Amino acid sequence: MPKIEEYIPIVGQSVIDDLRLLSGRLKDKVVQHVNSTAVGGGVAEILSRMVPLLKDLGVDTRWDLIKGGEDFFEVTKKFHNVLHGRQDELTQRDFDVFMATSQKNIDEVNIYGDIVFIHDPQPIALIKKKSQNKWAWRCHIDVSNPNQKVWDFLMQFIPNYDAAVFSAPGFSQRLSIRQFLIAPSIDPLSDKNRELPEEEINAVLAKYGIKKDKPIITQISRFDRLKDPLGVIEAYLRVKEHVDCQLILAGGGASDDPEGVQVYEEVKEKAKLDKDIHILLLPQNDLEVNALQTASTVIIQKSIREGFGLTVAEALWKAKPVVASNVGGIPLQITHKYSGLLCHSIEGAAFAIKQLLNSPDYAKKLGQNGREHIRNNFLLTRHLREYLLLFLSMYHPEDLVYL
Amino acid sequence: MADLAKAKEQFRFYTRLHLSELTGLRASTLSQLANLIKTVPDSCIYHHTHRFLQQHQYLSPEPPNDFAYWATQVLGEDRLGEELASIDTVQYSTLKELREKIVSTIEKNLEEDKFAKLRFAHSGEEFHFVKSISFVLPTNHIVGDLKEFIEALKNVTLDSLYFHIFEARLRLGRGTNDFSNWIENSLDDKNLAQQIAKLDPYTFTLEDLRKTIIKITEKRIFL
Repeated sequence: MPKIEEYIPIVGQSVIDDLRLLSGRLKDKVVQHVNSTAVGGGVAEILSRMVPLLKDLGVDTRWDLIKGGEDFFEVTKKFHNVLHGRQDELTQRDFDVFMATSQKNIDEVNIYGDIVFIHDPQPIALIKKKSQNKWAWRCHIDVSNPNQKVWDFLMQFIPNYDAAVFSAPGFSQRLSIRQFLIAPSIDPLSDKNRELPEEEINAVLAKYGIKKDKPIITQISRFDRLKDPLGVIEAYLRVKEHVDCQLILAGGGASDDPEGVQVYEEVKEKAKLDKDIHILLLPQNDLEVNALQTASTVIIQKSIREGFGLTVAEALWKAKPVVASNVGGIPLQITHKYSGLLCHSIEGAAFAIKQLLNSPDYAKKLGQNGREHIRNNFLLTRHLREYLLLFLSMYHPEDLVYL
Repeated sequence: MADLAKAKEQFRFYTRLHLSELTGLRASTLSQLANLIKTVPDSCIYHHTHRFLQQHQYLSPEPPNDFAYWATQVLGEDRLGEELASIDTVQYSTLKELREKIVSTIEKNLEEDKFAKLRFAHSGEEFHFVKSISFVLPTNHIVGDLKEFIEALKNVTLDSLYFHIFEARLRLGRGTNDFSNWIENSLDDKNLAQQIAKLDPYTFTLEDLRKTIIKITEKRIFL
């Protein structure tokens, strides 16, 4: 795991100095993170990198997990889906299962933090253990249009927290507690984002039979209707009428998601329309994702809904020109025509891709701007700084805080 | 080279780090936008007129504030967007005045263009009001003359520069930037203080602003 000093060549000494200034103000506090899983998923990925770095900065940071059986996690997966706007039936039994497991965790989880940081809905009921300490609830989900039944259920807990944290302005709700905007981040030193040697990139392309003889358009996403892979193929085919190019659709496995398997099959079927479409079912392989992104001419993220869309940040960090839908956290990462192109339709996506392929200087400028935008706003160091500020804000209700 | 005057009082550089607080308030139309701008806290007005300066410092020196960006990109109100982007923030010494100017610009547009009232943002593209929470911390850079000032200015973060130029003047209502204030009152160098105060910081990137202040000060030392 990298040490905080290792980020200095990327973000500069002064950014790390600021982190040290802030962490010094939290020396006597214990920060306790609680979530539901130690591995797998974005939250665990972020915590596994954040917690050691916070410790490295001198903040006593610990990480605890709640426990739950299969039935509990089935219910919380349903919660997740319907909060994202998908359709699913929720019964009273689901809520009973959630509460029964929550009560067990309330009885068993040791709460010792001066600041308790609860991630996502699974451990939300732990707030019942609140005493004199400070509690924040971190919502990693797009709740811009939440299922009302589940949101109302969660609202029996949320107002008891001292603060809530959301990833995009559109996710905020009318709440009686303070709510902060903290976007997620990418780690520039991780396998997914570090600079790769040319031979490593070429080896990955060779493995999948991809030649560099024509421009590469890539979307990295799981095979999910919300990522619109069929729409991406449509857009690509429109581009192909005018510019010779190839398309890579690469994403994680979908074996635990029956709908995902179906979408994957449909994508494979549609891909038969063109020999230059590469459909890659990648297992969790950060290095290969990195290589594919780095080798691409244009990256697309044509999602219909998106939590934050960190694949966009990953692509921009590699200075790639990006065409992406104007949904979720994507407009925070792309300012239209400054650091990428935003689109609302298949036609719009196709037009934007064509523009970028035909205007390499413009595409290069957008990519460079995008990389700097990510450097300033979406790297792990910014995330660390905002978490430190969040912890400090728990003790300072004012808008202008002198430390 | 002129004699290097020692300051009556040393200058300490501070830095300012910010956190965005969500309000849950959103606007879909220009009328809603204008009404909310009238009532939201100053820290919201500050956030939406200064966010671009820090987040997009490398892109363009002009400050396309959030209101201008939304009017143009989301509502397609190009003319209003241009008028909002052209508001000369440096002319206003309080957020109250700046707020009134933004409101009057939008309301004038609503009066003059009957179609402006009909435009609305699609779901997901509403204007979300966000507040800027500032945390101000002292740094270890303390200076007693112009040479030390230049050295420190070369090394402080852009956040520190931002604090002493933008935050001090408009948000803390100090009337001018902290550098000019110190140079005039502690070094009795009114001329240099005015040269720095005269700069329109909104038309520079932060890095260019740093270089310009250093250049002006160096020129003064080596007169």
